[in-house]
Amino acid sequence: MKLGYFPGCSLLGSARELEESLMLVAKKAGMELTTIPDWNCCGSTAAHNLNHLLSVSLPARILALADKAGMKEVLVPCSACYNRLAMAQYELLENPDLKKEVSEIIEMDFEGTAKLLNVVEGMEKIFGEDSVLKVEKPFEHKVACYYGCLLVRPAKVLKFDRPEDPQSMDRLMKKIGADPIDWPDKVECCGAGLSVSRTDLVAKLSGKILESAVKRGAEAIIVACPMCHSNLDMRRENIEKAAGKKYSIPVLYLTEAIGLALGLSEKELGLHRHLVPVVFPIREKKAEPEKAESAEESAGAVEE
Amino acid sequence: MEGHPEDQDQSLMSRVREGTGESAYKCYQCGKCSAGCPLALEMDYPPSQILRMIQLGLPGLEEKALGSLSIWLCLACETCVARCPKEVDLPKIMDFLRQESLRRGLTHPTAKNIIKFHRAFLDPVKYTGRAFEVGLIADYKARNPISAFQDVLIAPKMFFKGKLSLAPHMIKGRGEIGRIFERAMKKESKK
Repeated sequence: MKLGYFPGCSLLGSARELEESLMLVAKKAGMELTTIPDWNCCGSTAAHNLNHLLSVSLPARILALADKAGMKEVLVPCSACYNRLAMAQYELLENPDLKKEVSEIIEMDFEGTAKLLNVVEGMEKIFGEDSVLKVEKPFEHKVACYYGCLLVRPAKVLKFDRPEDPQSMDRLMKKIGADPIDWPDKVECCGAGLSVSRTDLVAKLSGKILESAVKRGAEAIIVACPMCHSNLDMRRENIEKAAGKKYSIPVLYLTEAIGLALGLSEKELGLHRHLVPVVFPIREKKAEPEKAESAEESAGAVEE
Repeated sequence: MEGHPEDQDQSLMSRVREGTGESAYKCYQCGKCSAGCPLALEMDYPPSQILRMIQLGLPGLEEKALGSLSIWLCLACETCVARCPKEVDLPKIMDFLRQESLRRGLTHPTAKNIIKFHRAFLDPVKYTGRAFEVGLIADYKARNPISAFQDVLIAPKMFFKGKLSLAPHMIKGRGEIGRIFERAMKKESKK
């Protein structure tokens, strides 16, 4: 199996563990990911805030390069990049005048034939019905699947899952033995692009999401997007300061949770890169007899 | 003149229609967008009121909409358009209003930092082809000295977790990217 691949800038830096875990799971499944040659930044929130043509042209170059490389399907693990690429592709295919103008700007013919896959769709392919992958260590935790905004909206363009109560990640989590909770904040916004310029607002919005997941008994939040991860994980101190309380709930990329269930190690999946340690409350019945003592100790520590 | 009433003048209403293909007249002010907007409470005017200002097109109101903080707080999370019974593409209109506000020099004073951040994000993209997180933060702090001490505690943590790459990635097509920026800037400024 082969797929085209667009990593996006954050996977080279703050979201390295998303790439590390995705690559390992893909390799285990025998899926070959071919990176789009000489790819550029999609322009992200900044471009569409300041300059419409730029926000379409930057993704158009990426899509044209994918077409040139003969890629039929391209996996775009970052939800923000996925959204920008899909929006640009939709707009350009709808509007022939814009397509002509943008082809001139990027000095390439834009066809836009490659089908874009987000990370959940990618994992459905890699870890689907006929997958060779076997669950070795069931991920037996109560999880809150947090989809965020960019993965499901606008539905007209992305045509992925249900925009208000998506289920695809929940299904993948059930498959690895997790127990996904029903909760109302699956597609709420974490504050995304205002993370640096208005950290106060991001702390408020992300805090509401953490509180909602914790209140309903989740032991981990499962995300698909580097922006959601950085706001819920890296911004944890800001959230706690704004909320006036502590939250210990870890935030995992779905690729990391699947990797753990497939028997891959925490280290190779990049879990040590999180700012919030990935530890779970240990339930007594799960503790193996010889480890019962240490399990009780850590359970005590979590209760504090 | 024939056609849509919005097409007959240079009001903000017709500029929006020209720039986005969206008509603010579609909105019947149900308020669903403002109810679902995650930041409506932080805005000076909730999203439905911004649309109302465009609909009315009275003297002063257009400038108020373009000078609002709301248009810069909008996260483009697309919740409003997902729930709008008339499918008004408000995020698209917000993008247009931001750019129009820059063109007319009407940006809200409190939005300056948000704009500085967007510009700091795009600069390394223009010269290297990709975003560069370390450079972005340094650049933003240089543009906005008040923020110098913000995040100083998180940066070393990120570094030791291997989350910061210290050198920017240079792509081969830097020349193309530079030209894409130049052309897009030139064309948009003329609109």
